[in-house]
Amino acid sequence: MAIQRADIEKLSFLARIDITEDTLAATADGINRVLGLIDQLRAADTAGIAPLAHPLDATQRLREDAVSETVDREALQAIAPAVEAGLYLVPKVIE
Amino acid sequence: MSGTISGWEIVIGLEVHLQLATRSKLFSGAATAFGAEPNTQACAIDLALPGTLPVLNRAAVEMAIRFGLAVDAEISPVSVFERKNYFYPDLPKGYQTTQLARPIVGPGHLDIELADGSAKRVRIHHAHLEEDAGKSLHEDFHGLSGIDLNRAGTPLIEIVTEPDLANAEEAVAFARKLHGIVTALGISDGDLSQGSMRFDVNISVRRPGAPLGTRTETKNLNSFRFMERAIHKEVARQIDVLESGGRIVQETRLYDGDSDTARAMRSKEEANDYRYFPCPDLLPLHVDTAWIERLRATQPELPDARRARFAADYGLSDYDAGQLAGDTATAHYFEAAAQAAGDAKLAAKWVMGEIAARLNSADLDIARCPVTPAQLGGLLRRIGDRTISNAIARQVFDALWNGAADADTVIEQQGLRQVSDSGAIAALVDQVIAANPRQVADYRAAPEAKQPKMFGFFVGQVMKASGGKADPRQVNELLAERLARPD
Amino acid sequence: MHDLTLAEMCHGLARREFSSSELTRHLLARCAATNPVYNAFITLDDAGALTQAAAADARLAAGDAPLLCGVPIAHKDIFCTRGLRTSCGSRMLDNFVAPYDATVVERLAAAGVVSLGKTNMDEFAMGSSNETSYYGPVKNPWALDCVPGGSSGGSAAAVAARLVPGATATDTGGSIRQPAALCGVTGLKPTYGRVSRWGMIAFASSLDQAGPMARSAEDVALLLQAMAGFDERDSTCLDRPVPDYRAALDQPLDGLRIGVPAEYFGAGLNPGTEQAVREALSELERQGARLVDIRLPHSDLAVPAYYVIAPAEASANLSRFDGVRYGHRCDNPKDLRDLFMRSRAEGFGAEVQRRILIGTYCLSAGYYDAYYNKAQQVRALIRQDFLDAFAQVDLILGPTCPNPAFAFGAKGGDPVAMYLEDIYTIAANLAGLPALSMPCGLVDGKPVGVQIIGNYFDEARMLNAAHRFQQATDWHRRAPPEVAA
Repeated sequence: MAIQRADIEKLSFLARIDITEDTLAATADGINRVLGLIDQLRAADTAGIAPLAHPLDATQRLREDAVSETVDREALQAIAPAVEAGLYLVPKVIE
Repeated sequence: MSGTISGWEIVIGLEVHLQLATRSKLFSGAATAFGAEPNTQACAIDLALPGTLPVLNRAAVEMAIRFGLAVDAEISPVSVFERKNYFYPDLPKGYQTTQLARPIVGPGHLDIELADGSAKRVRIHHAHLEEDAGKSLHEDFHGLSGIDLNRAGTPLIEIVTEPDLANAEEAVAFARKLHGIVTALGISDGDLSQGSMRFDVNISVRRPGAPLGTRTETKNLNSFRFMERAIHKEVARQIDVLESGGRIVQETRLYDGDSDTARAMRSKEEANDYRYFPCPDLLPLHVDTAWIERLRATQPELPDARRARFAADYGLSDYDAGQLAGDTATAHYFEAAAQAAGDAKLAAKWVMGEIAARLNSADLDIARCPVTPAQLGGLLRRIGDRTISNAIARQVFDALWNGAADADTVIEQQGLRQVSDSGAIAALVDQVIAANPRQVADYRAAPEAKQPKMFGFFVGQVMKASGGKADPRQVNELLAERLARPD
Repeated sequence: MHDLTLAEMCHGLARREFSSSELTRHLLARCAATNPVYNAFITLDDAGALTQAAAADARLAAGDAPLLCGVPIAHKDIFCTRGLRTSCGSRMLDNFVAPYDATVVERLAAAGVVSLGKTNMDEFAMGSSNETSYYGPVKNPWALDCVPGGSSGGSAAAVAARLVPGATATDTGGSIRQPAALCGVTGLKPTYGRVSRWGMIAFASSLDQAGPMARSAEDVALLLQAMAGFDERDSTCLDRPVPDYRAALDQPLDGLRIGVPAEYFGAGLNPGTEQAVREALSELERQGARLVDIRLPHSDLAVPAYYVIAPAEASANLSRFDGVRYGHRCDNPKDLRDLFMRSRAEGFGAEVQRRILIGTYCLSAGYYDAYYNKAQQVRALIRQDFLDAFAQVDLILGPTCPNPAFAFGAKGGDPVAMYLEDIYTIAANLAGLPALSMPCGLVDGKPVGVQIIGNYFDEARMLNAAHRFQQATDWHRRAPPEVAA
């Protein structure tokens, strides 16, 4: 079941990756080839099999509740594209 | 009590975001203290710098378990963190780490007391652990917004109720009860004004017996008063729309408490597809019975138990005990004041009376009351030992409210000590009798039944002459004796 | 000097036959001279390396030198290095300088290594040929018209070309083993959870694992010794003792049970590669190992499952690159949506975009069960295959890749053709098992590798088998003709 232009547009928005008109067809083609590959999964008999999200049979480790991080804002914001008054600047947020 | 409004039945469910009172964040060792300079409490993990990884805070897990125990919920032996994917500038990773399919707290319930004194059970669907987002500041930075990520990663539990609430009053009663519980547990500071407890309200209306109507969600209500108003407003709006033949659109609404207005959010809900999946950076969280039992054994006293204890130990009426025990800060204040005063009933009277009234008119929480329990206790002791009268006590209380150090200093400095020297009071009595010969004659001539009313005049005059400081009981005694004795 | 193995360099340094500064200068000169040809490095850090070397020499002189003191290595540019750019092979992070070191970097530094710089790689480790790097492809030192493999192509090429005796790398679906095989070096992907992922830029968190590359199993053991161990900053890093990997290297192989999975010798396997791998099996048999035919029945589902799970995790892992706090930001965004969409379209290359879109698709409403959930069920079946196999055998051997290095552009038109190059390596990642590749022959003058898959945390036994093989053969000593000349 090949994905269509509308699917690509939806994925482009969900993933926030702009896809221009001239690359849309090639993008769709590449994705469809991969979907062809992963569609092989359908043949697998997985009835009653619990999904394995993680290879480890382990439990989440817990950290004691202590302030262990010191924040050097200047160093952390030296790599930021746009900051002012200690804030990260972005185009207007509209709720 | 689940009545209707002009033939419409109201259906309300709550989602409560509760900031947990941990020192550090849910998945990082950055501080959670409120009010720091922007982005000074957002470490590399909170900023989602590449290569950083989350490690779960034990205290946050224990607080969630404590909450679950307090609402009689099952604690999941295995719970799973998932990623909720969406892009927003205050969400650094591009996903929120939360729980969906396997939350830590399963179904539970909370009983609320309705206005008529009856109890109602509100079911809790579940509660899960998740991280808070940062904040967008909308002050104008040349047409841009500023992002502060100090709050990003702060631990929350989201508590989701079943749609069991039938009106704004029930919703508020539930919220207050919840507030009392989480502050009693010590898992939250309960400071609504700082966003420590935020309410999303799902509201729909229907004709009795009809299927559930389309609901709207009003987000981020951060006071009980706003919550009540927002519900009234939204219910009225929905009824209005339906009665004029319209349809309710499922939407998220924002309520502005300052202007008492609400509007639909502009962001497009239908485009959301959160693509939840188990977070591969975290492993399943296992909680064994021994851990749960250890926490159960050390659960603090909850409001219902506290209420019973107040009634039993302090001899308060059930109503008064409920008033004082429901809110944790109030309960703590009361108990501290009662101990300092050595008189619980007097302390109860003052906390529910003078203190409540003053806080209300100043719009203050009891946690920010300018008069400490120790100061109040010191004042009440002076009433108890008859150093001052009730009337003078109010005057001393005023001084304490305005910054005075303690009741004794105020009494000494302002010379408010009650005069109980019988010689001095007798002189004042003589003075008043000499100055009011006509009233004395009238009193003595009056029939006995009328005398008590006329007696008050003389008491007032003596008290006035003493500057309010005379011991009223002695004044009464001496006056009665003097007036009965012919000149 | 550059032809010495890492272990030999350690000896030479310890006996003061040469200084770390001399060695470092020598190798830096080789890097500078050859980088225009191989393109193995994205960033060379001459100044930093010489400072570290001087410090190492001081420690060597003082006689308190740790094990690897003064040995030059290189880090894959996926490991964050404080103060030195970490690009992950992407335009997105072309300007990114981390304020922290990855645990792997920290531990190796503590063991005394000198880091010469950051090696080239497929963008965000997504690729099997190094052709997706924003900084251009790495050339295979054995055949300059051929790919070095990927994603750790820069590390593999740098070791093969004797620019460094060892390098760090990462492996999500074969990114250590496949380039190791294609460049004729030894590389190990440890058990998931053996090495900390802190500071290693995530591709697919439940599959990613860091490991060493070097010329010999002994050198790999030395590096792994320094890299492995518990790290409280990584929830998925296990708190288990780290054995002495070198101590077990010389154990005889008598009675070792080696599983030979039929599925790894089927159609699609290059006959030359197959012959080389079978000869390696024979050598191990000569040394006392017993070969056992085994089945891994769900092997053909590994690649399809992987291309659901890895992109799904990647689609979320790469959401943090949004142009707000660091990394590439488009010019003059007109609104928030434009900021996100254009920054990410400009910052990510085509393969990364494709995988994010596929992962987004597999997780989206209506497809989660058919793709993501199904793939995780298949993953459980694949792990069970291995658990069953390890009930009968100690190690599993087969080819690392179906073919020797292919020419640039050979798989250009079809992503799936590229993906199938990892057909033998992916299953170990899905199961979280350790796996190693070492050279076992030349096909058309290009190296091919044999893969050893071990049971959980059984790296010592794998290194033992590899070392014994290398004691009896010289494939790992072969250098590319131009380098040897």
